[in-house]
Amino acid sequence: MKHKRMTLFAGHYGSGKTNIAVSYALWLKEQSDQDVCIVDLDIVNPYFRTKDSLKELTEAGIELIASPYANSNVDLPALPQEIYGAVNRRDRLAVLDIGGDDRGALALGRYTPAILEENDYEMLLVINCYRPLTRTPRETLEVLREIEAAGGIPFTALVNNSNLGDQTTAEDVLASLDYAKETARLTGLPIKMTTVHNRLYPLLQGRIEDLLPMELQAKYYA
Amino acid sequence: MAEKVLMKGNEALAEAAIQAGCRHYFGYPITPQTEVAAYMAKRMPKIGGIFLQAESEIAAINMVYGVAAAGKRVMTSSSSPGISLKAEGISYLAGADLPAFIVNVQRGGPGLGGIQPSQSDYFQATRGCGHGDYHVIVLAPSGVQEMADLTVKAFDLADEYRMPAMILADGTMGQMMEPVFMGNYTPKIVEKPWATTGTGLQRKHNIVNSLYLSPEVLERTNFERYERYKIIEEKETMYESFLMEDAEYCVAAFGIAARVSKNAVLAARAEGIKVGMIRPITLWPFPVKPFAEAADQVKAFVSVELSMGQMIEDVKLATGCKKPVTLCNRVGGMIPSPEQVLAHLRELAGGAK
Repeated sequence: MKHKRMTLFAGHYGSGKTNIAVSYALWLKEQSDQDVCIVDLDIVNPYFRTKDSLKELTEAGIELIASPYANSNVDLPALPQEIYGAVNRRDRLAVLDIGGDDRGALALGRYTPAILEENDYEMLLVINCYRPLTRTPRETLEVLREIEAAGGIPFTALVNNSNLGDQTTAEDVLASLDYAKETARLTGLPIKMTTVHNRLYPLLQGRIEDLLPMELQAKYYA
Repeated sequence: MAEKVLMKGNEALAEAAIQAGCRHYFGYPITPQTEVAAYMAKRMPKIGGIFLQAESEIAAINMVYGVAAAGKRVMTSSSSPGISLKAEGISYLAGADLPAFIVNVQRGGPGLGGIQPSQSDYFQATRGCGHGDYHVIVLAPSGVQEMADLTVKAFDLADEYRMPAMILADGTMGQMMEPVFMGNYTPKIVEKPWATTGTGLQRKHNIVNSLYLSPEVLERTNFERYERYKIIEEKETMYESFLMEDAEYCVAAFGIAARVSKNAVLAARAEGIKVGMIRPITLWPFPVKPFAEAADQVKAFVSVELSMGQMIEDVKLATGCKKPVTLCNRVGGMIPSPEQVLAHLRELAGGAK
């Protein structure tokens, strides 16, 4: 898989953006000898945050840029000034984790002119056909249009993250491929990768192109 | 949506409300229940329903009152501070004998508190919320599937008994994602001859009101309402009994605390400590009978709560204080860990066996 200087993950809330962004940043760090930073641009969801993976990211040498209020009781949609550093400094790779839906993508708008000007980015739409409001390619297209309108950056590719949480089977992932292909056809966008839990990776390796394994951020008790 | 979908508890609840025939949602955003409103905002316009973000929680609950009086299924949702604001309206709903569905996805308190999960509105919910003598039916889900199933149940119970029904969830229940089955619901159709739907010049006006000018009539109305509550206590109490057959210790826990406790119960059993759990699914009516029976069987009870100890009072009442009831808790948005509950059980049993 090739990568650009900046990789932006957006999509319907609960589609898995934060998990993927963290896993992708870790993958990038392995692939490249450049510095990597990850930016938590989510001003919508105060419960699941990139900051939950702070320890893992720090150990891997990845800088996390997040609101000082993330994971606190201050439900304040604040963005730290360091984000300008991630957007404007072109000597390091940046992964941007954008908040869910069009409301989440609004926060991106502040940085859109700089990102478009540099023109070295990938804007990825994370999709999951097992989420109730993106069950079909048509519904997914609707979410795509709303996010593009709010954030001002057109998508460049799709990430198929169709899953049913820890009950996902390899068959569930395989069954989602037609949905991903049809969404790609409708939107005219390529599928950059399919993301699966580590547990399923050995079962699906070689059966799906560009498969990225990832670990789930565990926060609550089963 | 017959097959499984991956949903947040808040979304599952919202979709289940739609499937239960609710086409009227009034609310005001507050973490951690905002997804209920967000889901309704997307779905209601597509199915001919009403989503309205009111100017305040107080306005929203009074809109609920209006739709309920017109005999339609209606709901509002909020989190702890917002429910306090709605309390007056809930009292009016109860006083006017109106069915309505109210959701509290609790967060830490008191005051503005915090946004993380809590169960510290137990007193508020089970004692009616607002002023006056009344109850609301309170259902406590312990997973995303139950967020959906109990929502449909709440609408049915509210209609059948002409009273508000509440889901008392917490931040984790609202935010956690699990696969759920949707779409096998057949909502109960309850006739509402009392609804203010226009007389058509065929009958006398229906009046929906909670003001009584005569104290004699108000007293009688209260007595009658409590007769109805007795029927609900007899017929509608729900709970889950887990490994209680040979239990020497009994955990009392609901919602997220019950999920945590289940792990602790299994771990304790692996160490030879015979523990079981009673999980109230209805918090009002409280499952008095299973606790009363357990009091003759077990050596002690542990109430596991995300509060300073609220349900523990109902456990003590239900068991007539026959056996010691201890508290194992975290508060302020923190969640007890299975290890904490296990350590408590070990201590109670006098160390691992």
